[in-house]
Order: sequence, then structure tokens, then C-alpha cells
Amino acid sequence: MIAHGRNAWLLLAAVVLVAALAPFVFSEFFVSVILTKALWLGVAAASLTFLSAYGGMVSLAQVGIYGVAGMAYANLVLADGGNAAAWAPWPAVLGALLIATAVGLGFGAIASRSEGIYFLMITLAFSVLIFYFFSQVTSLSGFGGVNNLDLPGLVGEPVQDPAPLYYTTLVVSVLVFVGLRYASRTPFGLALQGLRDEPARMRALGFDVTRHRMLAFGLAAFVAAIAGLLSVWYNRRISPGSINLAQTIDVLIIAVVGGLYRLEGAWVGALVYALLDNYSREYTPEIGNVLGPGRFNTVIGIVFLVIVLLSPGGLVGLWESGRERLARRRPGGGSPRNAVGAGSEGDPATSGAN
Amino acid sequence: MDSAGPAGTIPETELPAGAERWSAQRVVLSALAVLVVIWLLVKGADDPRKFAVVSLNGLTLAALFFVVASGFTLIFGLMRVVNMAHGSLYLLGGYLALEMQDRWFKEEGGGLGLSLSGNDETSYSLLAWVVPLLLATAIIGVIGVLIQQVFLRWNQGQDLRQALITIALSVIFADQMLAAFGGISKDIKTPTDWPTSINLPGDVRFGFFRGVVVLGAALLIGAGLYLLIKKTRFGKIVRAGVDDRDMVSALGINVQLVFAGAFLIGALLAGFGGVLGGTMIALAPGEDTSFLLSSLIVVIIGGMGSLGGAAIGALALGLVDAYADVYLVFGDTDLTNYSILLTFALLVGVLAVRPLGLFGRPA
Repeated sequence: MIAHGRNAWLLLAAVVLVAALAPFVFSEFFVSVILTKALWLGVAAASLTFLSAYGGMVSLAQVGIYGVAGMAYANLVLADGGNAAAWAPWPAVLGALLIATAVGLGFGAIASRSEGIYFLMITLAFSVLIFYFFSQVTSLSGFGGVNNLDLPGLVGEPVQDPAPLYYTTLVVSVLVFVGLRYASRTPFGLALQGLRDEPARMRALGFDVTRHRMLAFGLAAFVAAIAGLLSVWYNRRISPGSINLAQTIDVLIIAVVGGLYRLEGAWVGALVYALLDNYSREYTPEIGNVLGPGRFNTVIGIVFLVIVLLSPGGLVGLWESGRERLARRRPGGGSPRNAVGAGSEGDPATSGAN
Repeated sequence: MDSAGPAGTIPETELPAGAERWSAQRVVLSALAVLVVIWLLVKGADDPRKFAVVSLNGLTLAALFFVVASGFTLIFGLMRVVNMAHGSLYLLGGYLALEMQDRWFKEEGGGLGLSLSGNDETSYSLLAWVVPLLLATAIIGVIGVLIQQVFLRWNQGQDLRQALITIALSVIFADQMLAAFGGISKDIKTPTDWPTSINLPGDVRFGFFRGVVVLGAALLIGAGLYLLIKKTRFGKIVRAGVDDRDMVSALGINVQLVFAGAFLIGALLAGFGGVLGGTMIALAPGEDTSFLLSSLIVVIIGGMGSLGGAAIGALALGLVDAYADVYLVFGDTDLTNYSILLTFALLVGVLAVRPLGLFGRPA
């Protein structure tokens, strides 16, 4: 992707190696609040980026789906509030993944019949409806959230030692990244890219476009569900407020800032987001009520706006267009469709080299 | 970006199977609709007076949804812009009106403000409601045009990017409104002279503002928009623009001016709706999301860009909301908590049969 073929794997290995050393270099605070958070947010954003990059579908339902996974887990394990069904953590993980993926497939069945901006609106409506659902049904979401979730032994006690959770999140992120890249090379993934670019032609070739989209949505829902589990492990609690529209938009921002057309952009965006989330407050000048340490959403909104205005391909897109300025003439911020098209031109080259 | 199923692109072998599937879905949905009607009739016969009030609640909510969503659908119909900041314009309109009312029209009654009952002593003239309404609406209209001119004019046709831009704006708006107006729920006061409720036949009492002002305003706006779209030159251009923008512009019409006009009207409606909603319900952070969602659902149900669809969609959403909040009780089991699922079912039900909404047409 950024680098091609064998280089891509070397680059991935290098990034993972550096990431694996992080707990020895950085403070526990940094590992937990910046790196772990960036990794799980990256997984959430990756589920969006996958659909967008390979399926041409920008889904805003991903936070809704990860909310379902998180809430399902929170209700299945021992916890304060919610159902507290007191399952062991691992069966609960399985249950949560199943429930959220099933919900995702259901959403996909409805939303896949729409395209483009309709798809975006329908999935946004789904996500917000899920938020309202959990806000209303306090028997599932507790009053003000479900707290003190029982965690699998694997992640230990994140508050005392963030390293186990960090490594878990890192391994999961790598698996998700490699898995989604692998999926995009399978016949299924290639067909998905085909119907992203030429749905009418794919339909004429006999592909069931709607079912294909639905399955892709289901796969992305599975990834979103993983992100939901990581997020409840990280926070050890979940409340309707953590899956509201703001969070939906945050994940969208991460995906867009990283770049909607490159899978690795999800984690780049998430890292930028986590850094901004923590450190922008210190450097934000205080201008009356308008700007200041308390106005993080304004800051991130402006960052988002600037990125969308300047580079629809996000940061990864900026980097690439810098590299390939000669190879690819981009008219002042091409349309998303063009950018998607540009992505598809790059992909066969990578898959060929592999 | 055409629809999922223009007939020409579906392989012929798929058609019979597809047709059967849809008819099966139609049967299921019709059966469900009949069940819902029966359920409402049973509940309604139980307590007709309550049923009348709940129905009126639904109607007035629908009226408000229609005012807000008609602006959303107008902008989309003509320009294919999904204005995700529509909810923010709604809420900002309400807050601006509230601010004006508080600053200029708060006439303290007797008691030097020492009365413990607080606001009850304050009286408001008719102007104290109408002037903020008009001014706030106008300001929102201007803001809308500014948004369109600065952020959307130069990337016409890139619908995803425009949606992202307006999402970014809505994030900034929401945060700035939180900073400027605080997180506490507030409402705009009606003129003190206005009655609080009206008596309807059958000994039904219903809120004056909801029942008369909001419903009346929505009907007037509906009629006005209908006349504007069907009878004026502007409307003719808008309708032509919905069908074929390039052709309209090739005929020598200044499409940019029409776009700005459409955005002005759309934003005006959001602002106007915000003042109505701020008086009828409340103004609080989160109301922007809530009205963006209802606008989305209304136009997804009704079909993007269709005014009639917005009316039907608003009616469906308003009534479902109102009935589900009250009548989702079966014997001892109170399911009103789950009322949002009915809204969801409405959305899914319509989309299952008509992916483009009831009156939607392929873009």
C-alpha cells in the first residue's frame, strides 16, 4: 500500500516491532492512554475504512455495532448494572461477537440495497437509533452505564499494568489488518472491489451485488464488534454516552483523517486523534469562550474540516500524493469517487507484487 | 450512484425470484400494519379522550418534524447535498431566539425578581415571541447561505465530501453552542396573553401552542412550499433542476443563484423549526442530533427530495413516536422503553419494500 509488495510486509514488521517495544520506552500513561486507545480506535475505524476502501460504502453504523458488542459483553459478564448474567469472560466474548455480527448482517441486508449518500444516511440512522435504544432501555445499559466489567485473564488488570491489554490490542490490530488485507485479495474481496467500481457490470456478470455488499458489511461488523470488545476492556465500563453520535463522528473523523482509501490510515488517524485528544488541550490558546482547553471538540472539528477541505484521502492520501505527485496528477482535491478510483488503480499493483 | 434496482440492470433470471420475495414482504408488512391498526383501535376504544390527545401529540410532533425535514429534503432534492449541519441550524435558531427573548423582552413583573416562583412573574408580550422568531430565522437563513457559499459551492457533485464537511461543521457548532449556551435544558416562553390550552369537542383539552401555533405554522409552510414549488418561476427552476441540473444551467439560468436560494429556504426552515421546537419541547445539547435523526428518518421514509414524501414521513414518524410512547403496554408488561424499536421497524419496513423511500426516485 504505502510501500509495495515485500516492502509492505517489512514495513509492517518494523512498525509492529517498534510498537512491541513501546512499553519499555514510554510511560505507562502513554502506553495506556495514547497507544492502547489508538489501537482499539484504529480497529473501529478500520472496519469503516475497509468498507469504504474496498466496497465504496461509507458506513456510520460501525459505532452502533461496536456498541452492541460492548453492551452485549457488559450484560453477559459479571458487572455492576445491566443484566450481569455472570458468564465467564470468554463465552461472553463469543456471544458478543455473534450478536453484534448478526445485528450487522441484519443492518447490511437493509442498507446494502442503497448506495452512496443514501447508504451513509441509513447507516447513520441505524447508529443513532442504537444509541437511543440503549439510552432508553436502562435494564440493559444500567443507570449511567454498566461498570466494573469482569475481564478475561489475558488482559490482566489494565489499571495496574497496562502492558497485557496493550499487547492484546496490538496483536488483535495486526490480525485485523492482515486479515482484512487478506480478505481483499480473496475472490470475495476482488469481487467487492469490482462492484465498488462497476456495480452495473458486476450485476451483468451474474454477481449478486446486494448479497455481496451485505456479506462485506457483516465482515466489517465483525471487526467493529472486536473494537467494541477492546473498548470495554479498555474502559472497563460502557454507557450509552460512549456510543452516541459524537463517538460515531469521532470514528468517522479518525477514518477520514487517516484516509478513507487505505486500511493503515485507520490506525494513523487513531494515533493522531489520541495524541490530539490528550495534548491539544495544553496548547490550545484560550480565546474567551470560543477556544480553550475545554473546547476539544471544536479543535478536532476544525482539524477534520481542514483535512476534508484539503485532502479527501486524509493524511495517508496527503503522504501518497506527495510521493506520487508526478505519477498521479490530482486536480485540487478530486471527488471521493475519483479518489476511490485512484485507490483501485493502486491495489492491483500491490496484489500483483505479492 | 443510481439506485440498487433499476430494472434495466437486473439480470432477467433474477426477476421472478425477486418479485416473489417482495410480494412476500408486502404481505408480511401489510399484515403488520393491520395488526397495528387493530391494536390502536382497541387501545383507542378503551379511552377515546386519551387517544385523541395522544393522536394530537403525534400530529403536532409530525408538524414540527415536517417543518425541519422539508428544508433538509428541499436542499437535497435540488443540490444532492446532505446537510448534516441541519440539526445544528435547528438548535442554533432556537438558542438565538431564546437569547433575544431573554435580553430584550424580559419584563420583570412585580416582586423585584425576589419571588421564589421565578419565571412565573415574568410576562412576555406577543412581540417577545414573534420578533425573536423572525430575527433568529433570518439569521439562520444567512448562516445557511454562508455555509453553502463558503464550503459547498466549489465542490458541487462530491456528495460524500459535502456530507463530511457539514458533519465537521456540526461538530464545531455543537461544541460552540455548548460553550455559549451551556448544557442546561431551556425553553422559549410563549406570550403571556396566549392561552395555555384549548377545548376541543368531546371535552378534550390540548395545548394551545402545540395544537394551534405549531400545527398552523406547519400547514401554512406546507401550503406555501407547495405553491412556491408548483406555481412560481423559482419553483419551476427548482423542479427542473431536480431532474436535470446541467440542462437547466445550459438554458442560461443562473443555477448558482437558485442553489443559494434553495439553501436559504432550507436553512430558514431549520431556524424556524428551531424556534418552534424550542418553545414546544426544549433547547438542550443533543437536540441537534435528535432533529438531524428525525429529519434523516423522515426523508429516508418519504424519499429524498420529495416534499409530499416529507409530509408523509413526518406524519408516520410523529404518530409512531406518540403512540409507541403511550400504548406499548400489554397487560402488565410495560414496553414503552423499547419504543425506539418501533421507529426502527418503521424505517426498516419502508426500506425493505422501497429502498429509495415512498416517493423517492433514483438520483
